[in-house]
Amino acid sequence: MSDDSHEELLAQRETAHDEERQREAEPSVGARRAAAALAGVANVPGVAKPDPILVADDMSRRFGGVTAVEVEHLEVQRGTITALIGPNGAGKSTFFNLITGFDKPNSGRWSFDGKDISGAPSFRIARHGMVRTFQLTKALTRLTSLENLMLGATGQRGERLLASLLRPSWARQEADIRARAEELLGRFNLTHMRDEFAGTMSGGQRKLLEMARALMVKPDMILLDEPMAGVNPALTQSLLGHIEALRDEGMTIVLVEHDMDVIMSISDWVVCFAQGQVIAEGRPDDIRRDTAVIDAYLGTHRSLQEEDPS
Amino acid sequence: MTARLWAAIAAVLLGMLVLAAPAGATQHPARLAVPAGASEEAAESVQGTVRDPDREPLEGITITVTQDGEEVGSAVTDAEGAWAVPLPGPGSYTVTLDVAGLPEGVAPRAEGGEVLDDVTVRPGASQGVIFQLGTGEVEEGGAGIPVARVLQLVVDGIKFGAIIAITAVGLSLVFGTTKLINFAHGEFVTIGAVTAYFLSTAPGNLPIVLAAVLAMAVGGAVAGGVEVGLWRPLRRRGAGLIQMFIVAIGLSLLLRHLVLIVFGSRRQQYDEYSLQTAWTLGPVRITPRDLVITVLAFAIMIAVAVMLQRTRIGTAMRAVNDNKDLAEASGIDVQRVILVVWVLGGALAAIGGVFFGLTQAIYSEMGFELLLLMFAGVILGGLGSAYGAMLGSLVIGLVSQLSTLWFPASLAYMWALLVMIIVLLVRPQGLLGRRERVG
Amino acid sequence: MDVLAVLSVAIRGALGPEAAIYALAAIGLNIHFGYTGLLNFGQVGFMLVGAYGTAISVLSFDAPLWVGVIVGMACAVVLALILGIPTLRLRGDYLAIATIAAAEVLRYVYRSSFAEPVTGGVFGLVQFADGLYALNPFSGPLELGPLRFSDRALWLMTVAWGTTFLAAALVWLLVHSPWGRVLRAVREDEDAARSLGKNVFAYKMQALVLGGVLGALAGSLLAINSQAITPDAFIPIITFYLWTIMILGGASRVLGPILGSIVFWFLLTFLDAFLRSAMSAGWIPGTLLVPSDIGAVRFAAVGLGLMLLMMFRPAGLIGNQKELRLDVR
Repeated sequence: MSDDSHEELLAQRETAHDEERQREAEPSVGARRAAAALAGVANVPGVAKPDPILVADDMSRRFGGVTAVEVEHLEVQRGTITALIGPNGAGKSTFFNLITGFDKPNSGRWSFDGKDISGAPSFRIARHGMVRTFQLTKALTRLTSLENLMLGATGQRGERLLASLLRPSWARQEADIRARAEELLGRFNLTHMRDEFAGTMSGGQRKLLEMARALMVKPDMILLDEPMAGVNPALTQSLLGHIEALRDEGMTIVLVEHDMDVIMSISDWVVCFAQGQVIAEGRPDDIRRDTAVIDAYLGTHRSLQEEDPS
Repeated sequence: MTARLWAAIAAVLLGMLVLAAPAGATQHPARLAVPAGASEEAAESVQGTVRDPDREPLEGITITVTQDGEEVGSAVTDAEGAWAVPLPGPGSYTVTLDVAGLPEGVAPRAEGGEVLDDVTVRPGASQGVIFQLGTGEVEEGGAGIPVARVLQLVVDGIKFGAIIAITAVGLSLVFGTTKLINFAHGEFVTIGAVTAYFLSTAPGNLPIVLAAVLAMAVGGAVAGGVEVGLWRPLRRRGAGLIQMFIVAIGLSLLLRHLVLIVFGSRRQQYDEYSLQTAWTLGPVRITPRDLVITVLAFAIMIAVAVMLQRTRIGTAMRAVNDNKDLAEASGIDVQRVILVVWVLGGALAAIGGVFFGLTQAIYSEMGFELLLLMFAGVILGGLGSAYGAMLGSLVIGLVSQLSTLWFPASLAYMWALLVMIIVLLVRPQGLLGRRERVG
Repeated sequence: MDVLAVLSVAIRGALGPEAAIYALAAIGLNIHFGYTGLLNFGQVGFMLVGAYGTAISVLSFDAPLWVGVIVGMACAVVLALILGIPTLRLRGDYLAIATIAAAEVLRYVYRSSFAEPVTGGVFGLVQFADGLYALNPFSGPLELGPLRFSDRALWLMTVAWGTTFLAAALVWLLVHSPWGRVLRAVREDEDAARSLGKNVFAYKMQALVLGGVLGALAGSLLAINSQAITPDAFIPIITFYLWTIMILGGASRVLGPILGSIVFWFLLTFLDAFLRSAMSAGWIPGTLLVPSDIGAVRFAAVGLGLMLLMMFRPAGLIGNQKELRLDVR
């Protein structure tokens, strides 16, 4: 590793520590807002939320004879960080794929922000403001970081075949998009990678890039599929900081994650999947004590039983 | 895909069929130019053979040749159905068949088919003229097609399909184990046929059966050599699939034209079994050679199936096909399995080439022509499924032969390829393919 | 052996109209594969519909030649739509097989006896481009040392290279726009592009149509160049030539196909002329090769060249090696 990126790492660790200290000091604006909104909500599966941004009904997906997802009713509260947990093969990622249009359910209706988007193609769902990232990062390897981000902007005039030939018709918009992309690169500490091919980046940088790229769509809700997987610990803190900051700005975040420490520390609401069904949902503290959840995990996760002392 | 889009596709395909169908029915008579030397007279003539729909010669039919409304000459068909009319010189003539002389139930296939206008005779040529006769009923859809002809085509189709099938199995197994679409697979077919040709002609003069067995060995060795010398090193270097696919295309070009240099551009026949009297089995006629080939092809397919199901190496092949990493983790020597698959595929392609050479002809393009039909069979059956490849190939053989009921024989391969494109449209995973995500 | 003569033949090959026409078709292919990642192995099918669309319009409908060229390109649009709708949703290798099959289907149809009244069947069509030759502004041949170009060749070279460079300029504009960025994103990862709200199918279709239209234009020029076409001139090997040209020059480089075509035709005609003069000089024994084998040697050499290129220099002459190392496919 070069000196440059080492210093980079140190800097990131520094900011991460700062953010952590801040977080421990007091819950952020967004966290308090989310807690207040969810205050009266009972911790039972399928419970109604005061202001749901996503509502899914009777979702099912079968592969051959196996039912991967069978969700009767699920709502996601606007402006919260909602975590989907559950053992491997519980159907979390499949559920992600279904609601984002990357897989077709055998049955089900779901709406986003009041609009029915059942069965809509994935690109249209993204344009509605619901954007996802992938478990295995999909950095566009032979595009530079900047190009990766600029691609994310929606409604680009220059993306239409005929208009693309008339540079003046899109040059101004392009400049705006470039400015916004550079700002986001800065926010995610990627400015030094601006003109590098995304394929040359480390796994953690790709995760950051993917998140920044998703933000270029200006989504109302962002779905993160295992954002921490394969990311080094220093970068994890920085990623967590970014996620919380987004929530504080009013965005809704749904994430699939295996690391219980992470989930318990940042989530406002947790939904637990097992065998394709929602077996429990509630605040992190409720979930920690939920017997169904403990059974589902068979006590394999120490963090479920006792609070992490750190 | 939206319903509108589907409707549009259906409309386009339907339109193509509607356009093609009447065109096929009113096709021009085939004109065969026979070089002057082949005929006894040096002067121009028109000649031909009149046969009924069952290919039996018709005797005593009057043929009249006119030019600009004036009769030039006429002839009556002999016992072999043959006739010839000498002409005063080159030019354009009208040849008319006397319908009144036709037996009951036989009539020109197309309306007005008894008159052939504009038969052009070049200087010194003996121009062949074919009258296409049918059962007299206007052919519409399935009605009016003689059962015997259908059965005959089914038999021919099964024979052809079985030959495609044994060549396609290797293509499918190689794809299943390495995910490589081996564009050079057709060349193994050609190499097999050509090897057997050289072994069975002078100076070796080996019996074709022995030559075929040796050709299999050569085909297997070439395929195995290509695996060891080319594909394995490429995989080691971590070459991408598209990169290997394009290398395979280059290899196909190289091998095909090396064969062309060695073998020449002429179509050849094996010395043995090239002319045989067909046996008549009920309504169907088949030469003993073709019957043996068909039976052998099925025996080979059954043997491959038994090998895949019952033997250790067959089980290993299926395991690698299903999940390479899992197979590797469970102690299977994946590289060795892949090598066996190549050798087996090469040997099967080679014997398929000998069969194809026996039933049709040996030429340097034969493998590439078959390759496209193999692709059609493999995709129809389901990419990566060996049994699918067999089933799909049989269907492709049948489709190409049965299409000649309605359409010219020169378009037989086209229909096979069209079937493939339609399958991609409605059921991309094929008949036996697993319903996995292919797009 | 006359080295100078062999070289001048090779240079004529590298600058001649064929080189320009193949470059044009390869530019189309570059849009498909280089920028969008589509494995089109039926580019020759687009050339075929372009050539016949032009010739049939002129001969059967008495249309002016330029209308014929437009009809040829329109045929390519239709072909791309028919081909793309079923296959663009499938994995790339399916597209490869479907396109090569479709090109062969077209060839069978155009050469069939029932199409003969319109297409001329196996005999093809001749004499449909007099309109262009009537406009020839060159009055005499150009001589540069041992190189000699007739006025007809000069005119064809002007038209063909002019069209090719115009097409390259068009492609430059397109790929250096946000549209081109989406195309490259689709090439890298379709799902990522989808997750960002891009209609991947529409972009792939646009790329297929555009590249196909350039292929059809090349087909028209090919027909005009020889004033004679037969379906059997449009065999799959032409597509393989185009792939070799594109990869030789450098895929996903605007000038790659042009450079590739010039080098390709130089090497091909050089090999041809070299073998011929070597044979007549008695350097190659007749037992090894006879003049009628030269065509086969040439194809075999292309095959070998394509293999070696793909194995050892997949980025081609002007491709970005660094960029290519990231190719994970």
